[in-house]
Amino acid sequence: MSKPVSALMGAAYDGIVRVEECGLQGMITLRGDLASKPVIAAATGATGQEMPGQRRANVAGESGLCWMSPDELLVLVPHAEVSAKLAAMTTALGDAHSLAVNVSDARAMFRVSGEHAREVMAKLAPVDFAPGAFGPGDFRRSRLAQVAGAFWMEEDGSFRIICFRSVADYVFKLLKVAAQPGSAVGVF
Amino acid sequence: MLILHCPYCGVDADETELAAGGEAHLKRFGPGSSDDELHGYLFARENPKGVHLERWRHASGCGKWFHAARCTATLEVFGTYKAQVSGPPQEIRDAISARRPGWSWREFS
Ligand SMILES: [Zn+2]
Repeated sequence: MSKPVSALMGAAYDGIVRVEECGLQGMITLRGDLASKPVIAAATGATGQEMPGQRRANVAGESGLCWMSPDELLVLVPHAEVSAKLAAMTTALGDAHSLAVNVSDARAMFRVSGEHAREVMAKLAPVDFAPGAFGPGDFRRSRLAQVAGAFWMEEDGSFRIICFRSVADYVFKLLKVAAQPGSAVGVF
Repeated sequence: MLILHCPYCGVDADETELAAGGEAHLKRFGPGSSDDELHGYLFARENPKGVHLERWRHASGCGKWFHAARCTATLEVFGTYKAQVSGPPQEIRDAISARRPGWSWREFS
């Protein structure tokens, strides 16, 4: 059995923020009626987190639920547990009209932390990152320069970012450029 | 720069997050329709200077299709509304009327 590795093997960069690839993260796409009991049971049962509201993320460590659209959640679980969690979710979903699929290996995850984290994000996504407009637990699907990306803010003010694995190197380079020493704008 | 409110995820989305989807409320004519009907469905499009109804997709966002009512001359946005309708809802018609009294667009007014 080959050993799974993340897209950038945990690469990191220190500039006006710290940028690090988070390593392996289990991710399950769950689609269905987010108000239906089987979907709620599958999502909350897999993560121990409550259902997130619109554009919110309830995440603790490697487990959590992210609101992707009115009929889609991203379910975060430890990478080693994906298969078991997915099987339990499929059982919980039963014959409810829904879909749950393991997308872990199609994705990469980054963390951006430090005093200027909002600024670095604001350079790359067309999103209002002002403190009153985007805070801890807020989640957004958007773009990072030219590619799709999703991100949320954690309690400590850092961001976690998800992108497709195929563009992980591009996103890491974007973040590095946006975090170059001396590039702080001081807008927030 | 156009900013449209996505009725599905609630974001005021920058144009760069959106994909234009052409004219709204087209009625499809397929097998069994006349040549004129198919021709109209495939090729005949409104090209107004003023009120226009369009389809947009929150492509770099929640991914959903929705509708927008806006002015092609001033880029004023009268409102956005969900995709599961075959015409603009009353509150959108009222919002257009408040700004462009007497407007009409295809069979809507
Ligand atoms: Zn949206």
